[in-house]
Amino acid sequence: MIEFRSVTKEFPDGTLAVDDFSLTIPSHRTTVLVGSSGSGKTTLLRMINRMVDPTGGTIEIDGVSVASLEPVKLRRSIGYVMQNSGLLPHRTVVDNVATVPLLRGVRRKKARADALDLLDTVGLDRAIADRYPSQLSGGQQQRVGVARGLAVDPNILLMDEPFGAVDPIVRAELQQELIRLQHELGKTVVFVTHDIDEAFLLGDQIAILREGGRIAQLGTPAEILAHPADDFVASFIGADRGKRALHVESQDGSDVLVDADGRPAGVLVGRRSGTGPSDPSGSSDLSSRARSDAALDVTAEGLPL
Amino acid sequence: MNYFTDAVAWLLDPAHYPGPTGIPTRIGEQLLFTAVTLLLASVIAIPIGFLIGHTGRDRGIAVATSGGLRAIPTLGLLTLVALWIGIGLGAPYVALTVLAIPPILAGAYTGFEAVNRATIDAARAVGMTEWQIVRHVEIPLGLPLLIGGIRSATLQVVATATLAAYIADFGLGRFLFAGLKTNDYAQMLGGSILVILLALVLEGLFAGLQKLVVPRGVAVGRPPVDRKASTRRRPGMESAITKGI
Repeated sequence: MIEFRSVTKEFPDGTLAVDDFSLTIPSHRTTVLVGSSGSGKTTLLRMINRMVDPTGGTIEIDGVSVASLEPVKLRRSIGYVMQNSGLLPHRTVVDNVATVPLLRGVRRKKARADALDLLDTVGLDRAIADRYPSQLSGGQQQRVGVARGLAVDPNILLMDEPFGAVDPIVRAELQQELIRLQHELGKTVVFVTHDIDEAFLLGDQIAILREGGRIAQLGTPAEILAHPADDFVASFIGADRGKRALHVESQDGSDVLVDADGRPAGVLVGRRSGTGPSDPSGSSDLSSRARSDAALDVTAEGLPL
Repeated sequence: MNYFTDAVAWLLDPAHYPGPTGIPTRIGEQLLFTAVTLLLASVIAIPIGFLIGHTGRDRGIAVATSGGLRAIPTLGLLTLVALWIGIGLGAPYVALTVLAIPPILAGAYTGFEAVNRATIDAARAVGMTEWQIVRHVEIPLGLPLLIGGIRSATLQVVATATLAAYIADFGLGRFLFAGLKTNDYAQMLGGSILVILLALVLEGLFAGLQKLVVPRGVAVGRPPVDRKASTRRRPGMESAITKGI
């Protein structure tokens, strides 16, 4: 569990990036910090591994204040995945993945073997192990970045807009991959994005941030969709534009969900006719989300039908 | 034309080769002098350059200082130091070290600065110490530009080292100063040709070395070699090194 308590960050130039921010991030769940630029979301993320130190308040991981931990040691215990992968261009894929274990003193042979296993985990072919990052596609680089983040088997995985720089098709693939991974690994994921659809797709808990790190609304995707806290949230999630306001139209005996512009967004299954996935457990929920795209995801759990 | 053939004849005369004043010995002295000067300059300039490049601080001071050092006329400095510490090799070492520092300093810090900030940030975020960032990220990625700086310094030092002979019995400059005194233009020109050849050989070696130190992962990511495009791409950086600012 990660706890922010009245955290404030004022940069030396006087910019107040985060002002009195408090949030509890539960373990083994994905918490998404979503907001536009200037909302302080990246600053908040980077305060967890002390890449940024707060000027006020405390951050605790499982009851231990991060300020009392040595930054390098702390960072080596937390996975970090960033936009544009941040891989070392002069090291091969396998060496990049093994970077942190080697720093922690794991033997070379074992680190390499573990790194190869991790390539499997993130869905990469072992054949690319000895290539350099510049020889990979953007999507492959991001997967390597995720593998590196997982290399020390951290409890916490920080992801800073990891899929921001890849094209939409690859992004969708990577998102599904992350859902699958998270289903298997159950890490405490803190994910930063400006893309609300991505937030709804990946987050168990979502914090919508306004400028200065003020939380406009905190909740599950369903809660936020059902009851946007204010106009800002409604506008941010697109509810005011009718994108999320779906209604049911009957079409040859099927219930078709249609948005406010009259465009079909999906088909309603399960809860009315009893033929779809009705298992209420989280795992079925995850797998159904993994198969559906973002729009269908909204129909499946976002509406009080 | 006569001077040139005379110079070639002088170069080919076997009588000019043996002994402590022969051509091989003088070349050896010139090389030794160049090497020691570069070593001195590197010991001073590289750590400072790395520190500036790593922290991004005090860059303005470094630019101003190295620009100032560049503006000092080497012969004037040589004379000044010689008057102070006397005849011998001490003064040339000081004067040429001052000459060699700016390009090496510029190579060191531009090399570090050229490393992608996001790469360094990521290295820090996964838990590298500052020293590990320098050693495993900034040095390997900045090495080509550092070598470029040393290459530029070498060229200047090996040519200007002829001045050492002005106040010491040392190096290829002896042929120039001796020839000047006795109006032996064949010897002067022969000596000059030797200096030029030596400079070209060193330049060639460094050009090769500079290519060699480009990390493989960086080299493979580059588009096929297009010399014109690649020199045009970073005009600021290249000129910063050659001018030493």
